Amino acid sequence: MTGGGSVTDRVNTGSLLSGAEEPVVQFENVGMRYGLGPEVLSDVSFQIAPRSFQFLTGPSGAGKTTLLRLILLSVRPTRGLVSVFGEEVNDISSEALTGLRRRMGVVFQDFRLLDHLTTYENVALPLRVQGRAETSYRAEVVELLRWVGLGERMHVLPPLLSGGEKQRAAIARALIARPELLLADEPTGNVDPGLGRRLLRLFIELNRLGTSVLIATHDFALMDLVDARRLVLGEGRLAVERP
Amino acid sequence: MNRTASPSPAPPQSPLPATLRRNAPLVPTDSAASRALAAVIAILTFLAALCAGAAEIVASSADQWQGAVAQEVTIQIRPSPGRDLDADVARAEGLAKGTPGIASTRVYSKAEAERLLEPWLGSGLDLSDLPVPRLVALRLTPSGPPDLKPLRASLVEALPGVASLDDHALWLRRLSTMANTFVGVGVGLVALVLVATGLAVVFATRGAMAGNREVVEVLHFVGADDDFIARAFQRRFFRLGLRGGIIGSVAALAAFAFAGLAAGAWRSGPAGEEIEALFGAFHIGWRGYASVLLIGVIASVVTGIVSRLTVRRFLA
Repeated sequence: MTGGGSVTDRVNTGSLLSGAEEPVVQFENVGMRYGLGPEVLSDVSFQIAPRSFQFLTGPSGAGKTTLLRLILLSVRPTRGLVSVFGEEVNDISSEALTGLRRRMGVVFQDFRLLDHLTTYENVALPLRVQGRAETSYRAEVVELLRWVGLGERMHVLPPLLSGGEKQRAAIARALIARPELLLADEPTGNVDPGLGRRLLRLFIELNRLGTSVLIATHDFALMDLVDARRLVLGEGRLAVERP
Repeated sequence: MNRTASPSPAPPQSPLPATLRRNAPLVPTDSAASRALAAVIAILTFLAALCAGAAEIVASSADQWQGAVAQEVTIQIRPSPGRDLDADVARAEGLAKGTPGIASTRVYSKAEAERLLEPWLGSGLDLSDLPVPRLVALRLTPSGPPDLKPLRASLVEALPGVASLDDHALWLRRLSTMANTFVGVGVGLVALVLVATGLAVVFATRGAMAGNREVVEVLHFVGADDDFIARAFQRRFFRLGLRGGIIGSVAALAAFAFAGLAAGAWRSGPAGEEIEALFGAFHIGWRGYASVLLIGVIASVVTGIVSRLTVRRFLA
């Protein structure tokens, strides 16, 4: 695959520059447990460099979603340090938290589209919550919707969308605000392999434009399409594999 | 707003379809809980408006009575052995006429004075043996109450022990105390009802937050700050409050209009006279209508503010 090589180049460039440029995400000896339960993650350390592309993989229940939630700042680590965009998140103010989240896009495994809003409104949501006027982003949203093949489905409420359409709407919502970091949890889980590859190309394209991408998946066929770093979670510990 | 998903066959490069819904409320609005809350607010507003209207009726009736009563003072002349009552009455009237601030005087004749006692003593009695006092009613000029002290002094001097001047001050004070008590109770009830509205909104907001946890979470993830989310909820609840407030106020206005009509229809009968004597004309006036509408507005504003505060506390 032609795109794969350049992705690797990007990754390499990113890691070469990591001393000079601040990592987008940095974990240092992070441990995480829910309540009094066992540790879901232990001693996890890694960095995501700017403009890098990587997969997060591991068996179900290995803690992929927890790790994504830590990056998303929806849970706080039990121990260790998590920094996002150079900010240490342990006692971050809610304003700063909002600022950091506006620099990220996220695709949830279960999409999390709002059922009472149309596809158009769902995709426009990140821009709307920034307080922008609807006229200022209408063209952008429509263009992106057409690009992901939902041009004719923008009226439709999510319950009437197919799994693949929901997935594309969720991806469009994650991309609309041009995030610096894109997190995707099983973004190709509900689509046929053809569409899966198309979505992957979309992420690669986005990465070329400068966004760091982290895709959580256990689809090895998908990962084999790209020469990208793999963060492998197993029994709460993280190993970094280079292809 | 087009809620139904109508897949209009727009060609890919066509301009945006006109029916595209673009800015639906972020918090879903049409749930059973919302309708119940709007109903609760409507009922509470209705009750508060009734209290306010009733207080207004009492206040304005009391004003009318006070106005009418304060326009008059009375000289009472008691018969006394060895004195000519008619001469005393004429003397008192003469003194009153010479006082500035008295517009007119009216002497109640012996027969009239006796007739005033009829409701208590019954008719057909010979009262000529009874020492019935005589009255001189003085109508005051409308330009403020005159100083009645000189008149009182000269009455005491000219007719010692038999004439007294009654300016109804005690009665007026009691009347005004009673009216103020009624108005105070009304205001208190309105305040209580508004507090109850606020509490109902607190519970409803907490319920809505719990029911829309998913929405709130998604809004957070796409970069909404707490203030934005609080505003979204506030807007929704303000609308609900406005709807409830308007329904309650309009119902209260209708109730007053109906009561006014009914009172008008009964006025001919004896019950109508009693009611009118007690409440005056059954009209709440523009001040009453304004306060009923104001209560509707206040209920909606309270709803908006309380829901915002509740959401902020919930998110914190």
